[in-house]
Amino acid sequence: MTATALEPTVAAKPAEGRVRRVLRRHPKIVIGGTILLLIALVAIFAPYLATVDPQKVSPARRMRWPQELYWFGTDMMGRDVWSRTLYGTRVSLVVGIGAAALATVGGLALGLITGFIRWADAILMRIMDGLMSIPAVLLAIALMAITQASIQNVIIAIAIAELPRVTRLVRGVVLSLREQPFVEAATAAGTGLAMTMIRHILPNTVAPLLVQGTYVCASAMITEAILSFIGAGTPPIIPSWGNIMSEARSIFQVGWYIVVFPSVFLSITVLSVNLLGDGMRDALDPRLARRM
Amino acid sequence: MFAYIVRRLLATIPVMGVVALFVFALLHLTPGDPAVLIAGELATDADIAAIRAKLGLDQPFHIQLATWLWSLARGDLGISIFTNLPVTRLIEQRLEPTLMLTLTTLIVSIVIALPLGIISAWKAGTWIDTAVMSFAVFGFSVPVFVLGFVLILVFSLQLDWFPVQGYTSISEGFLPFLANITLPSVALGMIYAALIARITRASMLDVLAQDYIRTADAKGLATFDVLIRHGLKNAAVPIVTVIGIGIALLISGVVVTETVFAIPGLGRLTVDAIVKRDYPIVQGMVLLFSAVYVFINLLVDLSYTLLDPRIRY
Amino acid sequence: MNLFAKALLGTAAVMALGIGGATEATAQQKTLRFIPQADLKLLDPIWTTQYIVRNHGYLVYDTLFATNSKFEVKPQMVDTFEVSADKKLYTFKLRDGLKFHDGQPVTSADVVPSIQRWGKKDSLGILIFTKVVAMKAVDPKTFTIELSEPFPLLLEGLGKVSSNVPFIMPERLAKTDPNEQVKEIIGSGPFKFAANEWVPGSKAVYIKNTDYVPRKEPADWATGGKVVKVDRVEWLIIPDSATASAALEKGEVDWWEQPPSDFWDRLAKINGVKVIQSDPLGNIGVFRMNHLHPPFDNPKMREAMLYVVDQADYIQSMVGDLKNGKLCYSYFGCGVPMETDAGAEPMKGKRDLAKAKQLIKESGYDGRKILVMSPTDQPVIDRQTLMTHEYLKQLGLNIEYIATDWGTVGSRRAKKDPVDKGGWNIFHTWTLVLDQMTPPANLQVSGAGDKAWFGWPKNEKLEQLRNVDWVKATSVDEQKKIAAEISKEAYKTLPFIVTGQFYPKTAHRTNITGVPVSPVVFFWGVDKN
Repeated sequence: MTATALEPTVAAKPAEGRVRRVLRRHPKIVIGGTILLLIALVAIFAPYLATVDPQKVSPARRMRWPQELYWFGTDMMGRDVWSRTLYGTRVSLVVGIGAAALATVGGLALGLITGFIRWADAILMRIMDGLMSIPAVLLAIALMAITQASIQNVIIAIAIAELPRVTRLVRGVVLSLREQPFVEAATAAGTGLAMTMIRHILPNTVAPLLVQGTYVCASAMITEAILSFIGAGTPPIIPSWGNIMSEARSIFQVGWYIVVFPSVFLSITVLSVNLLGDGMRDALDPRLARRM
Repeated sequence: MFAYIVRRLLATIPVMGVVALFVFALLHLTPGDPAVLIAGELATDADIAAIRAKLGLDQPFHIQLATWLWSLARGDLGISIFTNLPVTRLIEQRLEPTLMLTLTTLIVSIVIALPLGIISAWKAGTWIDTAVMSFAVFGFSVPVFVLGFVLILVFSLQLDWFPVQGYTSISEGFLPFLANITLPSVALGMIYAALIARITRASMLDVLAQDYIRTADAKGLATFDVLIRHGLKNAAVPIVTVIGIGIALLISGVVVTETVFAIPGLGRLTVDAIVKRDYPIVQGMVLLFSAVYVFINLLVDLSYTLLDPRIRY
Repeated sequence: MNLFAKALLGTAAVMALGIGGATEATAQQKTLRFIPQADLKLLDPIWTTQYIVRNHGYLVYDTLFATNSKFEVKPQMVDTFEVSADKKLYTFKLRDGLKFHDGQPVTSADVVPSIQRWGKKDSLGILIFTKVVAMKAVDPKTFTIELSEPFPLLLEGLGKVSSNVPFIMPERLAKTDPNEQVKEIIGSGPFKFAANEWVPGSKAVYIKNTDYVPRKEPADWATGGKVVKVDRVEWLIIPDSATASAALEKGEVDWWEQPPSDFWDRLAKINGVKVIQSDPLGNIGVFRMNHLHPPFDNPKMREAMLYVVDQADYIQSMVGDLKNGKLCYSYFGCGVPMETDAGAEPMKGKRDLAKAKQLIKESGYDGRKILVMSPTDQPVIDRQTLMTHEYLKQLGLNIEYIATDWGTVGSRRAKKDPVDKGGWNIFHTWTLVLDQMTPPANLQVSGAGDKAWFGWPKNEKLEQLRNVDWVKATSVDEQKKIAAEISKEAYKTLPFIVTGQFYPKTAHRTNITGVPVSPVVFFWGVDKN
């Protein structure tokens, strides 16, 4: 969304006062970051938050309403929805961050290559165009079908689907910077290609990539849920928000509470990731930030 | 202009080639075998092998690929393994629902998103802006299937305003058509609306910061008038771009929406075919989807020349 | 792209015309809107054993004989038949008024290739044809079957209720290779298939065959008079059960064949909806181990499972409540003539984790990975697998749990390779008791080793009893005795473990009458008021 060319940012050391000022000026980062931190804590400390084994099935106590022992009720296999939702946090965060990291790193590498090497550009961008033209969900379903269901494969499938967009973004930045005087000067001064990239190009991709990364992260969490809905997601034995929702969605009228709790968690998480992304965009993109 | 269109169309050929090869390879590497599903639960190994042989599935990979490419070159998408019907016929049966769902969703989301985007740009930084944008992000963060069921529960079962499921062709009357398509369009439109509202806001802010708007403002033109006349016109370019990017997102959403509302559309056809390993359908559908994607993006690029006279090809 | 443009134009044109609205031409017709148990993607009930295609077959096709609810075989298309004194020659005569949907009369020339095609696919059919010396059309209404030795199961085969059912097709279609799908759906049954209205994955339409002449006797399962009371049956595929439930609640559909168990209680409380147990026999759950590879190639390892699996757990997870199922230790299902629990003692006693662990130790289990496959798109199977996973975990076994779709499980289970080369250790499924109730039809209990059903259990004595001795038995008592012998052998070898018997339910609007209580859904006798 912020595929605009950026002016080279000055790599100044962030003084403490400056950080504080930024935070005050960007409440979105603070709010989004805080919620996200809380959710990350839930993920890490899930075993200590009054949970039981989230995989433990016991058909005798199936479909219980939320009550004292089962805060979020139990599902159709008698599993505790509270424990499953809390453990599910781990999956969603891992999928979101994993997919974002993979897509960003992959996109960065491909973007740099396509931006600098002309013959590779032609080939790689055709492949990227092709990938981009396959709807992400279909691509992920197909990828999940050839491999076994696992969190790792969910991450890879989502990252591959997101890859073209990130690549385009980086390529755009590289192309616009390549013609800039300071890059040309560096090249003229005999700086090697690799050095030019590291010193001059890379720093300038950080800001747009960070912002794009948060969007990839948010949409990866949603895609995980949708993949589970279609039956091509995280293996159902592992509780993820998507799994819990999609298993219970077919009995929505009977056990709506099973769907609602993970759904609320998912919405809040996605919301806070997006807030963080918006905040970072505002902070990192001076052109927009000036007007806020 | 004409030369540009021709060039763009030619450029799609390698893209489609990549897609075709990729999908074919992907499918044939997939474990799972249509013959097994056809034979059924009580079949024996021998039955399955016989069916596989009849369907040509025991041929080596490159032979199957060559066969498929050859028929593709003649414009033949093949015959569905299960239903014995030509893939083109299956697509034709299901084209209208998907097309109409996409169109109505676009309309719904633009109708929701444009005012929201404009208002929050106009009131940027105020609580109205925050509220509107939070709503937009919220729309994006609820999975379509959850939203779909909530809509069914409220508007079909409780209020009895709309039917639960199905699709009525527009040829059977506009009102029945509308009754069936409304809930799915709203469910799907929410995600899209979030996206368009955000981008509208951003580009309106850009435009509002331009000098000529400030001038217009200074000249004493009413604020709203300025927004509409100058703002929207210039904001159209990024909005159209988002529609181009979003079309892929929309197609993905269509898959889920069609399942929830039991709409006999192309998305459902494709997912079904993947699950059943009906290779010709999947291959044909992915090609069709990517063709549509390429085509829409070409239209988007061409529309720039209409929306912004400065852009020329 | 071409297609896309064409459709765009088409839709625009339709839109221009359509605003006015079309009138309902079918207002006076009785249309039964039905949600079937699965999507109908294939149409040839001989080519496939899928239950959904069998049900479709019963609408479109007719059978020579049929079975009623007392498991008696009665003539359906056949008027009279004679058996020679040596029981080797059967002479059949077709009844009057039989006509295919294309207007052609049904003749012996159609019957002979139809039965022969079935005899190449169906397991019982194949068994029958090993004894058939000749099958001949004598005149348009008469045909004969000559056997090499007396074979009491012949009529049972011709009147088989479940897959594959020997349906009668026109000669030109019946001559299709049995491993290829017939090109046209023409039968002589009580409904015609509306091929032009078929949208796979969404809708299949059957129109009343007004030329059909039902028998005079009252209908009972597939026997007797198939009197059709509605003009049209529409099968609507609604992929999501939450949507299907809402549609039934709102009256957008009349009848939902198999609502998942989680919905039964809720649907029963809705005004205007009735939930009934549709299949008196029900289904049995099947826990299958691979006998070819370690660790389950060791009988002790298999036996260990008998001491932990608890049918009550499985039944509750599959159908919610014990009242919807039945503890059943019979390999042939319960409530059928061959019911027996001979040899089932270890499974009936108290669940004994320690004993199971002891057996595992004795088997020399080396901690290797046990590969369990589960199709997540099949809830009944998936839930059984989750249950088994729980037991294996309690036993401290090393589990690799593969969650995938039915397509993948279906092909992987056919692989005889060891686990690391794409094989497997455990999968689950379920079958109709109807398909399990007699030993020769019960493929899953077979002990034919390499030639047995997936899992390839080997027990020659079991196989001899099942496929030879039982078939030759001349009285029901003798059959029961042999069935008990089979059960004892089966509990030694464990071709599979019965995880319980459970009864599916069907839900329909209260204005629908005549919904059949039978293992197969039949549409004759069903009316809509």
